[in-house]
Amino acid sequence: MPTITYRDALNHALKEEMQRDPTVFLMGEEVGVYQGAYKVSRGLLDEFSEKRVVDTPITELGFAGVGIGAAMVGLRPVIEFMTWNFALLAIDQIVNSAAKMLYMSGGQIPIPIVFRGPGGAALQLAAQHSQAFESWYSHVPGLKVVAPATPYDAKGLLKTAIRDNNPVVFLEGEMMYNSKGEVPEEDYTIPLGVADVKREGSDVTIVCHAKTVQVAQKAAHRLEEECDISAEIVDLRTIRPLDIETVIRSVEKTNRCVVVEEGWPFCGVGAQVVDYVQFHAFDLLDAPILRVTQADVPLPYNKRLERSAKPNPERVFDAVKQVTYRD
Amino acid sequence: MVTKVYMEALSPTMEEGRIVSWNKSEGDSVTHGDVLAEVETDKAIMELQARGEGVLRKVLAPEGSTVEVGSMIGILADPEDDISDTLATAGLGTGRTDAAAVEPAAPTPGVAPLIVDARVKSSPLARRLARERRIDLSTIAGSGPGGRIIVRDVETAEPAPRHVAALAEPAFNDTELTQLRKTIAKRLTSSLGPIPHFFLTSEIDMERVWEARAALNSLDAEQRISFNDIILKVVAEALRLHPECNAWWQEDHIRYFKEVHIGMAVAIDEGLITPVIRNANLKSLREIARESEELAQRARERKLTPDEYTGGTFSISNLGMFDIDQFTAVINPPEAGILAVGSIGQQPVAQDGEITLEPLALGSFRRSNK
Amino acid sequence: MVQPATASGLNPDQAVFYRRLLRQLCLIRRFEERAGESYALGKIGGFCHLYIGQEAVAVGTIAALRDDDYVMGSYRDHGHALARGMSSREVMAELYGKVTGCSRGKGGSMHLFSVEHKYLGGHAIVGGHIPLVAGAAFAIKYLEQDKVAVGFFGEAAVNNGAFHEALNMAAVWKLPAIFIAENNRYGMGTATERASAVYDVATRACSYDMDQEMVDGMDVLAMHEATERAARRAREHSLPTLLEARTYRFMGHSMSDPIHGHYRAKEEIDEQKQRDPLHMFQERLETEGLVTHEEYQEIEREIREELDDAVAFAEESAEPDPYELYTDVYWE
Repeated sequence: MPTITYRDALNHALKEEMQRDPTVFLMGEEVGVYQGAYKVSRGLLDEFSEKRVVDTPITELGFAGVGIGAAMVGLRPVIEFMTWNFALLAIDQIVNSAAKMLYMSGGQIPIPIVFRGPGGAALQLAAQHSQAFESWYSHVPGLKVVAPATPYDAKGLLKTAIRDNNPVVFLEGEMMYNSKGEVPEEDYTIPLGVADVKREGSDVTIVCHAKTVQVAQKAAHRLEEECDISAEIVDLRTIRPLDIETVIRSVEKTNRCVVVEEGWPFCGVGAQVVDYVQFHAFDLLDAPILRVTQADVPLPYNKRLERSAKPNPERVFDAVKQVTYRD
Repeated sequence: MVTKVYMEALSPTMEEGRIVSWNKSEGDSVTHGDVLAEVETDKAIMELQARGEGVLRKVLAPEGSTVEVGSMIGILADPEDDISDTLATAGLGTGRTDAAAVEPAAPTPGVAPLIVDARVKSSPLARRLARERRIDLSTIAGSGPGGRIIVRDVETAEPAPRHVAALAEPAFNDTELTQLRKTIAKRLTSSLGPIPHFFLTSEIDMERVWEARAALNSLDAEQRISFNDIILKVVAEALRLHPECNAWWQEDHIRYFKEVHIGMAVAIDEGLITPVIRNANLKSLREIARESEELAQRARERKLTPDEYTGGTFSISNLGMFDIDQFTAVINPPEAGILAVGSIGQQPVAQDGEITLEPLALGSFRRSNK
Repeated sequence: MVQPATASGLNPDQAVFYRRLLRQLCLIRRFEERAGESYALGKIGGFCHLYIGQEAVAVGTIAALRDDDYVMGSYRDHGHALARGMSSREVMAELYGKVTGCSRGKGGSMHLFSVEHKYLGGHAIVGGHIPLVAGAAFAIKYLEQDKVAVGFFGEAAVNNGAFHEALNMAAVWKLPAIFIAENNRYGMGTATERASAVYDVATRACSYDMDQEMVDGMDVLAMHEATERAARRAREHSLPTLLEARTYRFMGHSMSDPIHGHYRAKEEIDEQKQRDPLHMFQERLETEGLVTHEEYQEIEREIREELDDAVAFAEESAEPDPYELYTDVYWE
């Protein structure tokens, strides 16, 4: 199986889906001539022409709306946001138009659209470019929210998202684009709403997604080496619909749970996971569920401050020791 | 906020209670759940907890006084509250009808509460495991933060005497009762009087029991097994085989139990009480021995909680240790039967044409023939 | 630079068509009156924005479209839905929140939808649907269809970023769209001159090098002809147009709003009512002998019957089943 980058996995998914279905097109800032701000769309303009790889003005609200309008009448747009920070300008379209059209039309008008781009912090990009929006979009009924952690998942999930008849918010990560992993050459898809156990373990369940999967893996390795604690890592992959069954199955085994996410703590994805776990597995818990999140501040520019604000393996390590009463 | 403090029904059958001591004096501040007083009920000495907060402004029933359930015995209020109107209602005895809180609380169906002290901190999993293993969380120390009992604490703890499964359909005996003596008196009359009894007595050859007990006790000197324990176990097994004796008379129907809960009469200074060994047929002899010893001890200290002396499906009264050869035990309504056990003595026995001396006990089985 | 288009003289060959326009004007007027009545009786809830006074805009423009062209509107959308051919039954039932409504009771007054009639919704965030119109036009061009996407919005929406972004893209990508600003002179209670640096909405098109026309929105034929020109530009040259319809709202902004309130004078409304689009067109047809007064009376009678039936239908229709609460959130 070839080893490719997360970036190329996404690129292959786009390419294959555009080859497969002529109604799929890619639209966004710098996706065409520039070959993508993060080169995810590299080579697509040459293969599919300007008709299907559409460079837009810098007008997130506008082109998000254009995508939704096109989806209302038969196309399957993939809208790229250069980063999800800019998509705040388009959130009215995503929430008020895309998420609600099917419902308020009494089931007449589905919106098969994917909004995708990198989210969360990269390195020293400061407050306005370093935000994780999973919980914002997951809050909204009518949207699906996907945040893959590996090249394999990125490709399989993006293909599924493009084929889905609902609006899908697809959150990637600048810091993940260069990460590598095995990806099969043959066509495959991964269903939305199915979490993946990235590491088997018996003492604690670490629930995470996207970038924090790597954080959890590093912590799990250290826990094993230094403390003989066996951590199970559950990668949510899809935030909405959220596969709580896989989480609960794991907690049934471990009786302890730590939830890691890149977003802010208040009303975060982890808060939702904690709610589900306490409801479904109250009697299985031997410790309060702990969360590791970004610090509850706008992200600072200073490198050291920024590092201390982000979720990191040390904080996951400490949280696990706490819930296993080993601190 | 003015809160009236009532004499509460602290046992299922309590109608009046004696104030043993006040733990708070007038002027003391009180928060919700504080123990205000120790109250002697018809069965035990119980704690009366505060249902409000503020300052104990007035004590209306002095220590040593006996007060009807529902009577106001004190007043909690903020220092600035005017309590004169409340004081004026004292002695009217309206509490019981006014305050639902003093109604005797029905025992929760299913598993009897393990956590006597609600302040025991424990993880949900630890609680579940303790329930499964029948471990009283109040008897173990927690190693988690703030003394939280966590699963490893339960895993290393010794199981407490079984203290399980309240009856599927527990019911109160609605017979009017006051305190212990009155209870016994009433029980006697309500048993011997209205309940038609018939008595069956037979001699039981205890030789093998004698040998078995000696053998068992030579194996484990720590946990000695008494004749009574063996009788409990045998009766429990017999009741399982003869469920028609394991029943309650319910006036319009008879309730046959699938579980066997045996009441064990214990003599205490003030009279008699019957703590219950639950699911006795499912327990080992050693578990029964441990449990009966502990229950008897707690009975003598008057520390039994109501769920520990109610809900039996059959009772045993053993006066063998007092050298009583044979006696008449009184059925504990609504149970349908009781076994009176006399002392074991050497008796001449005709066997194979010879007369030998063997240990025999006289067992009198009494049964209601309703 | 900006010249209001004027209607050409009436063509007797078009009498049937004129009568159809007259009937639609009348239907919308009477429908809105009935909706107001039902609202007052508590049969209709939520927001309810009546179209009385502006009927010629929807009727004239939509008459110039084909059945497979796409139409979207704002929250003041009853008139457009009816002009698009949706039945008074399904629209009234939607206002009543009934399962027989065009959006099965889930949309209400502001969210009328009918895929069958290519009426792609009333949208209730001011300006929010203008990019959707551009998107539908984008799809038409992408799929190489002979269609036009038409969007209606109030003049107050043109100060909104969505308007600017959508028109800019429609122009730069040459999309077959018609953007119709219904200038009724007030964004809720704020007069246009108090909110907009440029009074003439049509002139905004200059920013995008887009064709535009300012049209007498009280003249149904003028609206029709201007839309025909715009539609031709879209179909033949794939070019967008901005139409400004000068119109007036005879009622309050919504049902909770008095007819004139503090922001406009009764005299102004009375003066505007001299140019009532329904009466003007009726008188003109009668004057030119294309419709007799008796024929008009007959139209009114038919419409009264139709609306009696629509109201009864809405009254008698079932509420949505409770399980409907959870359907249509996702396409399964």
